[in-house]
Amino acid sequence: MPDTVIATFQVRQLTILDPSGDVDLALLPKLSDDRLWEMYRFMVLTRVFDERAVSLQREGRMGTYPPVKGQEATQVGSAFALTKEDWIFPSFREMGVHLTLGFPIPQLLQYWTGDERAQRIPEQFKIFPFCVAVGSQLPQAVGAALAVRYRREPAAVAVFFGDGATSKGDFHEAMNMAGVYRLPIVFICQNNQWAISVPVKGQTASATLAQKAVGYGFEGIQVDGNDVLAVYAAVSGALEKARRGEGPAMVECLTYRMADHTTADDAGRYRSPEEVEYWRSRDPLLRMERYLESRGRWTPEAAGEVRGWATAAIDQAVREMEEIPPPEPAELFEGALAELTPRQKRQRKER
Amino acid sequence: MAQLNMVQAINQALAQEMARDDRVVIIGEDVGRDGGVFRVTEGLQDRFGPERVLDTPLSESGIMGAAIGMAACGLRPVPEIQFMGFTYSAFEQLFAHGARLRSRSRGRFGCPMVVRTPYGGGIKAPELHEESTEALFCQAPGLKVVVPSGPYNAKGLLLASLRDPDPVLFLEPTRLYRMIKEEVPEGEYLVELGRARVARPGREVTVVAWGSMLERVLKAVAGFDAEVIDMLTLNPLDMECVLGSVKKTGRAVIVHEAALTCGVGAEIAATLACDGILFLRGPVKRVAAPDVPVPLAKLIDHYLPSIQQIQAAVEDVLKY
Ligand SMILES: Cc1ncc(C[n+]2csc(CCOP(=O)(O)OP(=O)(O)O)c2C)c(N)n1
Ligand SMILES: [Mg+2]
Repeated sequence: MPDTVIATFQVRQLTILDPSGDVDLALLPKLSDDRLWEMYRFMVLTRVFDERAVSLQREGRMGTYPPVKGQEATQVGSAFALTKEDWIFPSFREMGVHLTLGFPIPQLLQYWTGDERAQRIPEQFKIFPFCVAVGSQLPQAVGAALAVRYRREPAAVAVFFGDGATSKGDFHEAMNMAGVYRLPIVFICQNNQWAISVPVKGQTASATLAQKAVGYGFEGIQVDGNDVLAVYAAVSGALEKARRGEGPAMVECLTYRMADHTTADDAGRYRSPEEVEYWRSRDPLLRMERYLESRGRWTPEAAGEVRGWATAAIDQAVREMEEIPPPEPAELFEGALAELTPRQKRQRKER
Repeated sequence: MAQLNMVQAINQALAQEMARDDRVVIIGEDVGRDGGVFRVTEGLQDRFGPERVLDTPLSESGIMGAAIGMAACGLRPVPEIQFMGFTYSAFEQLFAHGARLRSRSRGRFGCPMVVRTPYGGGIKAPELHEESTEALFCQAPGLKVVVPSGPYNAKGLLLASLRDPDPVLFLEPTRLYRMIKEEVPEGEYLVELGRARVARPGREVTVVAWGSMLERVLKAVAGFDAEVIDMLTLNPLDMECVLGSVKKTGRAVIVHEAALTCGVGAEIAATLACDGILFLRGPVKRVAAPDVPVPLAKLIDHYLPSIQQIQAAVEDVLKY
């Protein structure tokens, strides 16, 4: 008949660890207690890093900074799913990914003091520099996936972006190409429900962001982004599929930006304290603590030790970062071109 | 008269024009509820409603393209791009369409819109938040490029832009937003587009600047008999004003915070060479940023033209 339904779709949503700390045993990924504890440690490290970065900014020792608070499970869970071979394309709010992968902490802080020398990622990391122009990293990640496949590398590409980024044309172009070429790439959307003052319902009329993937011919799944186990399970599943050549996927991590957009923002102007309070009760660290407590790992003393370790690591990193001498004016010209033009050389000499 | 800063002056111009002309509609990211990240549109959504102050999805190309369609269909949109660095993803819409809709439709459709965007360096913000690539846009023949240098001219230029039949790119110098307060008349007044102004009369050297550099130039020339020209509009360029001044002084220095190569200073210097060479006693000097991407906070002061560099250039041309 001429008027028939020719397509319907479904979107899966995954929660493994619920806010009260209970887990769904059938879905629980195979992770040893030590690995779980490691996840917890990096979530705490990310939280402590973040708190310190905000206070350094307030003290005038750092520039504008975009807090990660509330998104630790999404970031640490994703990072645990990555291997050293995978390429990572961050936006600018993935410090938890960097920290979990062992990125030098002083360098991470240095970037947010406004020092571009920190954008040179150490060779052992396949991580692109932070991307400030929202969504513009997405097509580049697709290019990396083309290169990975061309070179037969045993790897996949993970690209991180926010809910706001899904409104950009670059998101469409990247998702479309990834689908057409069935590329080894995983689109990890940190849906923290806000893009500065615009709530996610101001970005899209779509019920979920995950379902956008359907239109490009691959699967999108929504996970509870405050559940580190669900994020880990979904992202590692998608990455493994991608590495096996079974095409791209999108993972929408539904989380919450607990802090202001940046230290230059005042979220009190546009969202209610009740909403913030509700999400505070769903803090990703809390539920991990409850779960680990039920496994006999978490105790107030053990938590104190983890916090102590994280604080010491950040203290040390802040000291090292502040010992870095300021850049010389000639640094302006670093990397402007492989070989500077005669005019650039002259300008450098004059500085 | 009230003492206003540039944020307040622009806000007042927008409010007055919206009250006067119901075709004026603001569209952009965070412009409504939040009042814009610099608070330039503060209070306008409360006053005029969400139909006239639209918070958009994060879509610069969408904002620009939609504004073009609105303009062609009888509105006077004021798209805001949150920072100049994000006009790049709207470049096609502005450059290939907004700036040539009148020409492409052989006059059937105009594109009366004012694209507002904060621009320029010195605010210690992240990457792409301190761009000054005005020259790119001056290559679009159908686009006017306007750069206020203080609260008074910001209001008058914005009102004139809002009444212009063609698209205007209105570049707001972020560093000056709250730095300068001036007497700004409460009532409406227009500052004509395409006209430069003598910001300070002088006899021995002409110093040309615009936007955020004007403030720095005025400080730099305090001890010189320098005439300072504030361009205010970069396309079209008021070369008559510059030539008139150089005819008197015989010397010219051009200061801009954009990179040197192919900056608007090149166009001004070329026109001086073509039409004013006989007035000149010596070479024209340009003080500009080096040909590198705009750096982050730690290096920005080594990038932007400094008072010392401006003074050195003035002293240099005074040798002739
Ligand atoms: C192309 C572009 N437009 C505007 C901005 C200014 N801006 C920075 S972050 C942001 C919101 C981003 O929202 P989302 O993608 O959800 O990421 P989040 O900030 O929540 O991590 C905006 C509008 C930008 N950086 N890039
Ligand atoms: Mg967001």
